Amino acid sequence: MTAQAAGQERVLTGTHFMLGDHACAEGALAAGLDFFGGYPITPSTEIAERLARRLPRVGGKFVQMEDELGSAVAIIGASAAGARSFTATSGPGFSLMMESIGLAAMMEIPIVIVDVQRASPSTGLPTMVGQSDALQARWGSHGDYGVAAYSPASPQECFDLTLLAFDVADRYRIPVLLMMDEVVAHMTERVVIPAADAIQRGQRPRPDHAPGATRHLPYAVGDTLVPPMAHAGEGYCVHMTGLTHDERGYPALNEATHNQLVNRLVDKVRLNAGEIERYEEYALEDAETVVVAFGCTSRSAREAVKRGRAAGRKCGLLRLVSLWPFPEARLRGLLERGRVQRFLVPEVNLGQMRREVERLTQLPVLRLNHAGGAMPTPEDILAVIP
Amino acid sequence: MSEGRREVRIGGFGGQGIVLAGTLLGKAASLYDGKEAVFTQSYGPEARGGASRADVIIDDEPVDYPYVTRPDVVAVLFQEAYLKFAGDLRPGGLLIIEPDLVTPESGVHALALPATRIADELGRRVVANVVLLGCLVRHAGLVSRDAAEQAIRETVKPATVDLNLEAFAAGFAHDAGAVSEAAG
Amino acid sequence: MSGSAPIIASTHPNDGLLRADRFPHILCPGCGIGTVIHCYVDAMAASGLALSDHACVSGIGCSGRAAGYVNVDSYHTTHGRALPFALGIAVYKPGMRVTVISGDGDLAAIGGNHLIHAARRNVDLTVICINNFNYGMTGGQAGPTSPRGSVASTAPEGVHDRPFVLPDLVRAAGASMVSRWTVLHVRQLRDAILRGMQKRGFCFIEALSPCPTNFGRANDLGDGMAEMEVYRERCELADGTPGYDALDIDLTDHTRPILVGDFLDIERTPYQPVGEHTA
Repeated sequence: MTAQAAGQERVLTGTHFMLGDHACAEGALAAGLDFFGGYPITPSTEIAERLARRLPRVGGKFVQMEDELGSAVAIIGASAAGARSFTATSGPGFSLMMESIGLAAMMEIPIVIVDVQRASPSTGLPTMVGQSDALQARWGSHGDYGVAAYSPASPQECFDLTLLAFDVADRYRIPVLLMMDEVVAHMTERVVIPAADAIQRGQRPRPDHAPGATRHLPYAVGDTLVPPMAHAGEGYCVHMTGLTHDERGYPALNEATHNQLVNRLVDKVRLNAGEIERYEEYALEDAETVVVAFGCTSRSAREAVKRGRAAGRKCGLLRLVSLWPFPEARLRGLLERGRVQRFLVPEVNLGQMRREVERLTQLPVLRLNHAGGAMPTPEDILAVIP
Repeated sequence: MSEGRREVRIGGFGGQGIVLAGTLLGKAASLYDGKEAVFTQSYGPEARGGASRADVIIDDEPVDYPYVTRPDVVAVLFQEAYLKFAGDLRPGGLLIIEPDLVTPESGVHALALPATRIADELGRRVVANVVLLGCLVRHAGLVSRDAAEQAIRETVKPATVDLNLEAFAAGFAHDAGAVSEAAG
Repeated sequence: MSGSAPIIASTHPNDGLLRADRFPHILCPGCGIGTVIHCYVDAMAASGLALSDHACVSGIGCSGRAAGYVNVDSYHTTHGRALPFALGIAVYKPGMRVTVISGDGDLAAIGGNHLIHAARRNVDLTVICINNFNYGMTGGQAGPTSPRGSVASTAPEGVHDRPFVLPDLVRAAGASMVSRWTVLHVRQLRDAILRGMQKRGFCFIEALSPCPTNFGRANDLGDGMAEMEVYRERCELADGTPGYDALDIDLTDHTRPILVGDFLDIERTPYQPVGEHTA
């Protein structure tokens, strides 16, 4: 197969009527996926199944692991060797992957994990929708660290945000989480996939010196806070550990090094939030009621806002495309304009993202929650918009 | 909902190919007719045994809420699906039944399309779903015939394109006089 | 380790293979882990491959620190997860020789599922399991290989659980090569590691090692040298492929031999998912 033919097979350029899970898989392929390690779990399985067929044909490696513990670590190992790697799971598997999110954050090895959320906790409703892993995405592994998490609202976004997830993971050397939900995963809609050469791929910062010339310090950073990454097999003889480490990568078991390291892991995301975060606005200009919604719920929210507007209610939608970083600056900006009188946060959980809004405002934050199994309808949301 | 929003539900049992029928309808609208469409289907235990559904929403504007709640069109291919789904039909909506497998209550207006028999006459029972699609495209008027045929050509295995186009044409052409009066 | 010992040589032939700037190491006097590390770097040198072709992956525990002392791409991962991490490297870069050095608790308890599945798949890895019969770093708790009756901080009345006999377990799970040696058998150990590096497939080497600080003291085995003496007196070269009962270890029963040897070395198709690395 010629390189060009391989490229064409890798990126399914064109317009498709495609399942959300499949669009996610295609987004990963278009992003240059080299390695998938995963364990089948509803409702993410279609991602693995599609990649089992597609990935080997374009030169990538598909490994069905023994569990989600192994899946998450295998993709870190492959990424340490230079692979663009990811896995896809759902709540129970996501819980098992938490330890490795911490490892990837601490070692600064880029990975992408897809969590197709289902109604939880525990086994919950395996085939039915949930959005209740939103806080787990941010805080699920022990300790402080930085991640990015995106929540697609359509199959098109499953493609687009998977692509973005790889870029952000590589650019900042962080775990990036794609927080899909069962509704979006199992919905088929038009998906437009661009030409292979139109896809911009973010790059990992890489050492600017040849191996052996001068000593490579795997965790020496400049202004960007992101150290250049050398891969296994390149001759840099790196050492990486989940222990607190110095710029050589060596264990440095003292509080000063720890404090500096952990702050940097968090600051990589915090100080670059403007670059990493994504949101979409609808009818916010004079909105008195701001609906804050994400994923499948934002679809009903948009419809509710349209109908509310038609009925003369001053409402608008702030759609969280990134859950983390939370678009804090934008929300503060809305508050400074002084028109907003209340927020409404509908979500398929018992109020996880509402906490973020409450954290930023003294205004009333209305709720519309469902523990999972069903997404709110536009009527449900409209009924709460004054 | 948008005024242009139309909801279609196809009900059947496993093996009747309702997922393909729904996908073809959505694809025709979304890719070849310049409309917006969302397709969803029964999933998990809901899809095993008993009546499963294939739902399509077609609109001129992007579809927000992705689920069918009050279908404008219900097409059912066996009795349990009829019992489960026909009651959701919007008043004045279009009901299509497979008369060899569905016996509606008296007084219910429906188009009767013997999709299985027509498919058998073509030599392949498996294309009953596409026969149904032909009928649905003609009577529901949600997508153009050209778009539906394009969707078939782009979706089914190349070796079965002709058979499926034939099945679609047979369903589309099925003599309106042979079906009972439609509702509304 | 006290840093006050007189310097008797300024260089060592393996200096280039070790991260000299990480010494003194954290291991106790009499511990066998340093010996295993030496056998590993000797095997690396004998392999004739560039250092950049080698990678070393460890889990957590005393043995898990091994990766930190060798001057190759080295990864000190989370508890039990060295094998899947190593799989990721080995599958993505099949040209590399990836060696896992970790302990019995790490590989066989918390990582036990990964162990049997890596063996089942016959992943192209060399795995050195340093078995010191307990969790040493955390103070001598019982582990999956602690012999029945042995005393541990979490088994003050003696271990009741039946232990894993790792060579038997890994052989049954599908490995290509299985050996057991002790840190007394440095040449055999080095040779087994080298064969593992040269062989494609899952190669498992159990290295029995003293832990005088914890297991040795709790079980009256004396210091490291005394346990080495036990190995010298009781180790017997096994004939063929012994099973569980023959390989089971009781360090206190002086009448029972400790079987060592190269138990299995067969050709099995190594794991390699379809798809060529083109990057």
